[in-house]
Parts: sequence; C-alpha cells; structure tokens
Amino acid sequence: MADLSELSLPLRLFLKAYPWRRIDPIPWVIPDKPVSQSRLALVTTAGFSAPGQAPFDEGFKGGDYSFRIIPDGIDLGALEEHHRSEAFDHRGLAADPNLVFPRDRVHELEAAGKIGSINHRHLSFMGSITAPGRLRSETAPEAAKLFKEDQVDLALLVPV
Amino acid sequence: MCNQTVSLVAAELERRGIATVVVQLLRFIAEKVQPPRALLVPFKHGFPLGEPKNPELQREVIAAALRLFEDADAEPPLLTEFRPPGQSPI
Repeated sequence: MADLSELSLPLRLFLKAYPWRRIDPIPWVIPDKPVSQSRLALVTTAGFSAPGQAPFDEGFKGGDYSFRIIPDGIDLGALEEHHRSEAFDHRGLAADPNLVFPRDRVHELEAAGKIGSINHRHLSFMGSITAPGRLRSETAPEAAKLFKEDQVDLALLVPV
Repeated sequence: MCNQTVSLVAAELERRGIATVVVQLLRFIAEKVQPPRALLVPFKHGFPLGEPKNPELQREVIAAALRLFEDADAEPPLLTEFRPPGQSPI
C-alpha cells in the first residue's frame, strides 16, 4: 500500500491528528444481479473537469466539494486536472488519465463480457476535502440522485 | 484525503441503493472511515490503479475490485487487499 513515509512530515502529522469521519452505520447494498449484467459508473477524485466546465477551486477553504459530470465519450486528453494536493506525483495521471479515471479499462471489460454496460456519464470530485460537511449533506446526495436517474447499479470509486 | 472522500461518496450512493467499491491507498484510513467495500492497493499516491500506460495491470485491479460485488457472504466493512499477479499471499 501507499506508505505514510512517502509523505512530508507535516502532512504525516496532519493525517495522524485529523478527525476522520467514520461511516456508521455502514450502508450495504447486495447486488441483485451479476456484474456482467449491471450498469457501472465511475467516480474519481482526481479533480478533472471537462472542456467548458469551471475548474475546481484549488483555494477553497476546506476543499471544493463540488463535482463535475464527465461524459463517457469524452476525449480523455481534453480533461483538465485541478487537484490541489502536492502530496502525490501528478505526472502519472497526466501521462495516462485511465490511471485515476479508468474509462477505457471498464469499456474493455464490458467488451469482454465482464461488465453489463457502462453509464453514459461519470463523476469527478476533487478529493482534497478536509471539511466534508457539505460533501456529505449536498453534493454526495446529488451524485447519488443523478446515478439513480441513470439506473446505475454499481459504482467504482478511485482516489488519487 | 481522497481515501476519505471516495468513502463518504460511496456511503451516500449505497444509502440510495447503488452498490459501491472504493479503491484505497492507505489501510489506516480505510479502517477509520469504514467504506462498505474497499480494495486496498499496494501502490503509491497518485497511482491507484498501478502504472500509467499499463492497461493489463489496471484491468487486473479493476477486476479484483469488481469481484467484491460477488462475494455473497460478505459483510461491511469489507476490506480486501489486491495482490499483483504473480505475488503469492503472505
């Protein structure tokens, strides 16, 4: 796994002292059909925005809790990244957006019969949110409503 | 913080009836936050699916994550480690 030792000392101390939000009770959905018959959507926290969309506000206190809708058919090279963290090497996702938003990979799995279908849209958040109150009360519920409208069965969520 | 963010979003999706699986890079955060289903990966920050331009490895990680949906006996929080192909379990 990623190691705390790869992070700076101030960041390590911050993470150790941070009041992590515990999910309790833990919600649990038992899929009623196999993955090979299910509709899948992606969520990334890479801070991607599509052309024409406002970028994430990297200076927003507590972290920008909004999300962007990423069309499934987008040219991945057109995505812009606005993740405010300096704790990771951004060159990986710049070289290959599938590393954090595996749009092509899930389509390959769909073509191989492993996934039923891929949703026509996905979501990007910007993951560096230290104050997640409005994420939990506003934008995460909005995201869920959007995916329910799309009849999404399963979601794969990828952090950076 | 991304590990927490994906987990909190996942929890809301699950509350609305969408099954989720999150990739996690730091075990201690997954254990504190408790996402419903999590695949713990052995990669560094910024590289959650392994390596850029390595589609085979990326597909292996995703396939491992998707298998968590098909564990009929699973209970939350489900935390499973991804082992790269060729690596034997300890």
